[in-house]
Amino acid sequence: MEALYAITLGVLVASGVYLLLRARIFPVVLGLTLISYAVNLFLFAMGRLVTGAPAVLGKATEFADPLPQALVLTAIVIGFAMTAFVLVLALRGMGELRTDHVDGQEPRQ
Amino acid sequence: MNHAIILPIVLPLISGALLLLLHRAGKGFKRAFSLLATLALIPIGAALVLLAGDGELRVYALGNWSPPFGIILLLDRLSALMVLLTAVLAGFAALYACAGEDERAPNFHALFQFQLAGINGAFLTGDLFNLFVFFEILLIASYGLLVYANGAARARAGMHYVVLNLLGSAFFLIGVGTLYGLLGTLNMADLAARVGSAGPDSAPVIAAAGFLLLVVFGLKAAILPLYFWLPRTYAAASAPVAALFAIMTKVGLYAILRVFTLIFGSEAGELSLYAHDWLWWLALLTLAASGIGALAARTLQEMIAYLLLISVGSLLAVFALGSRAGLGAGLYYLLHSTLVCGGLFLLADLLSRQRGEMAGALQVGPTLRQPMLLGGLFFIGALAVAGMPPLSGFLGKLLMLRSAGAGSAALELWSLLLVTSLVAIVTLSRAGNRLFWRNNGKPAEGPRTDPLRLAATLGLLLSSVVLVLVAQPLQAYLDAAAAQLLDLAPYLRIVEGGEA
Repeated sequence: MEALYAITLGVLVASGVYLLLRARIFPVVLGLTLISYAVNLFLFAMGRLVTGAPAVLGKATEFADPLPQALVLTAIVIGFAMTAFVLVLALRGMGELRTDHVDGQEPRQ
Repeated sequence: MNHAIILPIVLPLISGALLLLLHRAGKGFKRAFSLLATLALIPIGAALVLLAGDGELRVYALGNWSPPFGIILLLDRLSALMVLLTAVLAGFAALYACAGEDERAPNFHALFQFQLAGINGAFLTGDLFNLFVFFEILLIASYGLLVYANGAARARAGMHYVVLNLLGSAFFLIGVGTLYGLLGTLNMADLAARVGSAGPDSAPVIAAAGFLLLVVFGLKAAILPLYFWLPRTYAAASAPVAALFAIMTKVGLYAILRVFTLIFGSEAGELSLYAHDWLWWLALLTLAASGIGALAARTLQEMIAYLLLISVGSLLAVFALGSRAGLGAGLYYLLHSTLVCGGLFLLADLLSRQRGEMAGALQVGPTLRQPMLLGGLFFIGALAVAGMPPLSGFLGKLLMLRSAGAGSAALELWSLLLVTSLVAIVTLSRAGNRLFWRNNGKPAEGPRTDPLRLAATLGLLLSSVVLVLVAQPLQAYLDAAAAQLLDLAPYLRIVEGGEA
């Protein structure tokens, strides 16, 4: 399971970085979203990957660490808010700068 | 438990929320309320400084959950001092904003308060994940403050700033997650104890996590490879916001200081102080690059942003020395550079207003309406920021130079610090020459400076004089703060179940 998980994260981050480097606002936002998915999954995995274990002490010999789950929840909420903000900013940038390039101007050919 | 510790976070948070609820209230009410809430932080900060002055560490356990299970706020001399510094800077910035800058954004004051809550939280927290949360609070408020009102330059700079910081947050989470996965805690004092007892096989991964955190803090503090966003962003921001942002680079420096003297400090076993060599060279390179940037700046605002970067480089260099004298000297210079650079950003705006379309461009422009007054202010600010006697910049630089001791470190620091000082003098005199001594004969365009804006600018610039007048007791406090930072035993005792 660990190998599959790690490969998934790797693919997500690689796609995210590729999209970021496209330097157009929509791919950049998608790239940031993919990276934040990968980061959230990574945080989640830091409590170790176990299946079917309760997140309560004393109920079973093996338990899932609840703290990373709480961290991930916080990170998801923050990431969501930030993505919403980037989108609004992007719309304003489109309106004011008339381009969707992240530098605010078309690159010289 | 002393509840005063949480006030610098809760007060702006509540005021910000109330300002949002009352967003239909009149302009005068909002200004008075926001100004009052900001100024109230100054006595609170002063009380905290006095409280922390006895050298005891004070822990505020949120929800009364004892560390390391609950989240704590940690008050020591350094964090109290940073809260007070933020309050003073923010007080003057808010005063300046009340002169009219806030009319262009209906929720300016609410955002301002949230920004303060985030900054104070970052200074007071004793928990690594909470540091992330407070970073996000101060960042999202700063996004709003940066891009409010119209302007293509702001939209352009804002996009870079936001995307970079979102990426930085991802790095932060990876670093924090790795530390938690390996050490099972996020409390900074607890981390410090556990890093020391971690086995040699997990040490490289912990070191990597530390470097990831360094990347994030380096982005906030704007050290060498990660500072290219700063001059454009700060130059595009409105004056009171740019003045407040002068503390933001210091938040990054503070976080570096916290993580690399506490978590990876002298008790960290084989990882003890492992990043200090890196910090030293990065700091020197930052100094050199920002000196070149200051020479090449095309607007006054950009030039001040580079001068701010020079202070970041010098501070990081003396922090990387890791000695008590270095830390003490650095903290004095930190106070000085934050207040004076904030004042210079305000002054740049006063000048831009009287120069009409030329704004802050460093070219010969129309005559100013109050050349003596503004020129005098510029002279004070220039003396202070370049480090000429008798103002605080001189004292700070002298202390920093002395702290380098003798040896190769002294050679490197002395040469770079003195050369960048010279560069600062050259750029400032060139700017002064173009702004005040020559003009293109056209009459002044802007109105006279109103007293409120003038008072705010004057207040920040004259803080340099105050820093000199109180230098001796201040230096004693800062020296004690540095000693406290380097003596980790009391920090390790915070967590009872820990190794210490």
